[in-house]
Amino acid sequence: MAKVVVIKAAGINADEEMVHAYRLSGADVELLHVSTLLRRERTLSEFDIFVVPGGFSYGDDLGAGTVLANQLRSHLQRDIDEFVDSGKLVMGICNGFQVLVRLGILPGWGSGSEWEKAASLIENVSGHYEDRWVRLQVETDRCAFLPSTDATGQPTVFRSPVAHAEGRFVVRDAGALARLRENGQIAVTYRRYEPAEDGSFPVADGVYPDNPNGSTLDIAGICNERGNVFGMMPHPERFVHGLQSPNWTRTGHSDESTDVRESGEGLLPFRCAVEHADSIRSGVGSVRSGS
Amino acid sequence: MSAPEFAVASTQDAPAWEVEAFWRESSGEDPRASFFAKEASDWLEAEGVRASVSDLYYLRGENLDETALERATRRLLSDPVVQTCEARSVVGATTPGLADGAHTATVRKKTGVMEPAEASLLRGLADLGIDDVEVRLAQRVRFHTSLDTAQKRIVAEKILSNPAIEDVFWDEDSIPSPFAAASPYELEIQSVHLSGLSDDELIEVSKTGQLSLDLEEMRTIRDHFAELGREPTDAELETLAQTWSEHCCHKTLTARIEHKILDESGAEIETTIFENLLRETIARATDEVRERETEPFCLSVFKDNAGVVAFDDELGISFKVETHNHPSAIEPYGGAGTGIGGVLRDTLGTGLGAKPIVNTDVFCFGPPDLPRDQVPAGALHPMNVLRGVVSGVRDYGNRMGIPTASGALYFDERYVGNPLVYCGSVGVIPRDKVDKDVHPGDRIVALGGRTGRDGIHGATFSSVELTEESETLSSGAVQIGNAITEKKVLDVLLEARDLGLYRGVTDCGAGGFSSAVGEMGELTGARVDLNKIPLKYEGLSYWEIWISEAQERMVFAVPPERLDELVELYDRHDVECVDFGEFTDTGRLELFYDGQSVCDLSMKFLHDGRPAVTRPSTFRRTPAGAASLEDASGTGAPKAGELLKRILSSPNVASKEWVIRQYDHEVQGRSALKPLVGVAQDGPGDASVFLPKFDSLRGVAVACGMNPCYGDLDPYRMALSAFDESFRNVIAVGGNPGQIAVLDNFCWGNTDRPETLGSLVEAARGCYDAAIALGAPFISGKDSLNNEFRTADGLLSIPPSLLISSIAMVDDATKCVSMDLKGVGNRLVLVGETRRELGGSHALKVLDREGGEVPDLPANALAIHEAVARVIASGRAKSCHDLSEGGLAVAAAEMAFSGDIGAEISLEKVPVDTAADLGDLEVLFSESNTRYLLEVSADQVDAVLAEFDGLPAADVGETLDYHIFRCVNSAGDTVVAEAIADLKRAWQAPLAF
Repeated sequence: MAKVVVIKAAGINADEEMVHAYRLSGADVELLHVSTLLRRERTLSEFDIFVVPGGFSYGDDLGAGTVLANQLRSHLQRDIDEFVDSGKLVMGICNGFQVLVRLGILPGWGSGSEWEKAASLIENVSGHYEDRWVRLQVETDRCAFLPSTDATGQPTVFRSPVAHAEGRFVVRDAGALARLRENGQIAVTYRRYEPAEDGSFPVADGVYPDNPNGSTLDIAGICNERGNVFGMMPHPERFVHGLQSPNWTRTGHSDESTDVRESGEGLLPFRCAVEHADSIRSGVGSVRSGS
Repeated sequence: MSAPEFAVASTQDAPAWEVEAFWRESSGEDPRASFFAKEASDWLEAEGVRASVSDLYYLRGENLDETALERATRRLLSDPVVQTCEARSVVGATTPGLADGAHTATVRKKTGVMEPAEASLLRGLADLGIDDVEVRLAQRVRFHTSLDTAQKRIVAEKILSNPAIEDVFWDEDSIPSPFAAASPYELEIQSVHLSGLSDDELIEVSKTGQLSLDLEEMRTIRDHFAELGREPTDAELETLAQTWSEHCCHKTLTARIEHKILDESGAEIETTIFENLLRETIARATDEVRERETEPFCLSVFKDNAGVVAFDDELGISFKVETHNHPSAIEPYGGAGTGIGGVLRDTLGTGLGAKPIVNTDVFCFGPPDLPRDQVPAGALHPMNVLRGVVSGVRDYGNRMGIPTASGALYFDERYVGNPLVYCGSVGVIPRDKVDKDVHPGDRIVALGGRTGRDGIHGATFSSVELTEESETLSSGAVQIGNAITEKKVLDVLLEARDLGLYRGVTDCGAGGFSSAVGEMGELTGARVDLNKIPLKYEGLSYWEIWISEAQERMVFAVPPERLDELVELYDRHDVECVDFGEFTDTGRLELFYDGQSVCDLSMKFLHDGRPAVTRPSTFRRTPAGAASLEDASGTGAPKAGELLKRILSSPNVASKEWVIRQYDHEVQGRSALKPLVGVAQDGPGDASVFLPKFDSLRGVAVACGMNPCYGDLDPYRMALSAFDESFRNVIAVGGNPGQIAVLDNFCWGNTDRPETLGSLVEAARGCYDAAIALGAPFISGKDSLNNEFRTADGLLSIPPSLLISSIAMVDDATKCVSMDLKGVGNRLVLVGETRRELGGSHALKVLDREGGEVPDLPANALAIHEAVARVIASGRAKSCHDLSEGGLAVAAAEMAFSGDIGAEISLEKVPVDTAADLGDLEVLFSESNTRYLLEVSADQVDAVLAEFDGLPAADVGETLDYHIFRCVNSAGDTVVAEAIADLKRAWQAPLAF
């Protein structure tokens, strides 16, 4: 059974629903305060999936994720590098994504001693915090957390809420953007919330509110080149239950064969990650990109 | 005991630096700069002002050499992807000067005002191995335009800062060093001379000491100490003032009241004596409702920081709503933030600690479009108040990780100087943790933030009227919160609770330690060593430590044998805690500083010594003036469609999406019905629904009812209406009418005026009657009086403002419905009787007309609510919306545009008071209570109507396959025909800032 560690620190607040999402997906989950790792009472190497959940670690002071990333880097740099190098999975959602980007393991260029600072998540163009639902499409086939296509062979599309003030994904320069694209590191993008006539979801093209924060190229989440480190701003863990859907009173909350309590579209990345980790654990799998 | 949050380093001669992080222009738009530029353009009425913003960090410390500074800058102070950075060595004062012709404003918190990010920066520096540092933060804004002195002042006061808590330095102003040295405090016990003082002198002592004690109370205190043969110390007087403040003991609502009803001419009709108004109205209603309980629903009422009702066999639900009006008037951001922070601590301090799962917020402001020259001196513009309050609730609630998902906004000119900010908190608590049990011998342990001079006299300040000088005089009463400290307190408190490490807990709210220890030790006694309390900075006197309202602090009663375990746990979470005293069996409150007694009061005098007074109350009953929509004086009847759009655009009714979306309403993953519903997720839901347990479909619905427009005309019926509305809102989504609990929050003007107290008494009577009629208990409440603002031109008193908040159990959340229309060809069933009840209605309000009867509560209200609940539980309602402001027309229009489906209503079929002979406009816009509009499929209409046997209900219309909202009268004339997109636009535009 895949072992998942979700960390908690001052201001982390989306830990409970994150633990629940992984439990529903069949993982053995532990919630640990970061001090437990810093004091070396437990180590990352015991786990298969390392998760930094959402919230306002240290109040978003000095820029979202800055202080927690600095803390992880100052005390756990080597553990994290080993974890990533071994092909185990790392997930950061919302504030967790901001932490992974500040750490530099996303986009993950360079090496542990000095990750390149190539991307950042900055204040939304709207200038304030916003909670709303977005449509997401998977854009890569190398992310261990996301299947690129659904059962019918169409691009994988799912909904989740965003809830953040600093989610505008920007890159250092055009070169960095090209590299993200060429590497297949753009994992998920914001799409038009309403489908086109053919049922597909056209690109948001920077237009608010489909792209809720002004992210470059509508980027909602990225992964590293190997596909085992992944982060995104939207909160799939807040859509595991059919009643968490924003419009279930219009469309119904689940089909007859599914328990409403686990019929949310957001379960996708968790199930995918747990399946992946299980296959590595049993020695049959490897990270999708093959490395 | 654990690592201090704030290093108090002595670093006066150490290297000092100023690091400035600039936004790089190639990084795209800087929203902060755009905001300042736009605001400056607006306020200065100048085109195209450009602005740029940078962050400024001051650091001073022995270990801060250039290498350390470089690391700190790279890792913590700048984002190299979008920023560039400059570091400068500083000694003493600095002047930034004009840069490239741009005027430079440096904005910095006043010394002693909390800046939460400083604690985070210290944490980050410690992680880099840089200790013993002092840090201060500031912001620099450059305006690329010419500004004269007057313009600079406008920009500084209206846009850049709040003068109550921040300084702005311009261009060549000398900026003093941010590292002010505090001098240590040396004990000097002060006693206050009271013996033999005259009445005038006693009042003078109360006034100059900001004690807010009245003459009778001052006399009682004088006489008490005369009996003891000594003078009180300042700490004793402060403790009494805080404990006896209106804010803390509700002395008006619990006073003996002689209530006289007068007729129109002023002649007395009847007199009622209330020995204790609260007990004889609100609490009595609860007692009587509880007698009908078949199984226990009320688990803890009116005795703790929040009321608690049963959720299931395992959990209880706590609910409390507080107000934070005066602090929000002075400093909207900090006031509202600490408002939500305070009510969350009430939840944490309920029983042995409840876990907050939902926040509520209700605000009353002056009109957002009030011309700037009509803002009275000393008051902030309503838009500044609104922005500040919303940001304050947003930043505190979101950081705490608690969804803010229920609320309302009301606007009235009389809230300009004295806005109202109600903050609520719903929590879950195991049923076996609902009671506290403090034992003599238990240690008194404080947890959380450090103590500073924040909010000294907050409890007494909130109990007096505001004046135009309050902005400057009372800045000491402003508290600034640090949500992350409180979040840590929340996390660790719940862990300690589940380990059984303490026997009692309460929050430090108004009155600080004085209130917390005084309350917890009321039945035992307490001995406190004030030297042990950790301070933010030196220099506080013993009484300042004792009554400071510094935020994010809780007090615990800990069995001595569990103390070490508790300390270890808190240390792990990096939260400071300190053992500073002991609960005793002496029945005395004993405070020590430097080993000397500074306060020794009997708990009995403290809690029961307040003099009983009788307060006069009058209410003049005037017959409602005639009001009609139809026969406007010679101008002819207004067009119904136009009137509808004007009501939809009036700020009380208009969409609040701009506010709602700034709150995280989904964190914790419990949301089952969101505040915004419908096809585009922008319709006004009646209530939000949450699932306290991930594995259960049992939920809670949270909503409120309020209508200040009714209060001027008939406060009794205002209370009935607010109660009924809060009831309707939770029923409309699927709440169980047999399991609803409510809270009362009274915000009134100065009740020393008999007529102001009279309207409050009438409202309290209404609360009792409504609770009995609908069978729902009050479980907690709060009052805030003296909500007035004195200007040079006179007194601005708020309208009577009663908020009723409601929480209902939802048996099966999959049965919940939302208010948006779901499909074409469905029938619309209107439930409840429409009467000629236009008093205080929005139709009259937008037409600027007066008169009319305020809506009454119909005798069959409970039966109607129960029948609606049965229909929803049966799954036959596709949507349901309650009728409130704007009546039938507004409710139907909202349902239509939220579902993007047209609707037609036949006015002739509406169940009406047949004796009244209502006109079309009255049917459309009357605001009669206990009405709902239900959408049901055509084949279910009969079954649904059968539930309303003997009750007013009728099939009044249908949903259309085109996007029009239409109403047809009995003559077959179309009285309303509007495109639903136009209605939606009218509703969305006004408050989309």
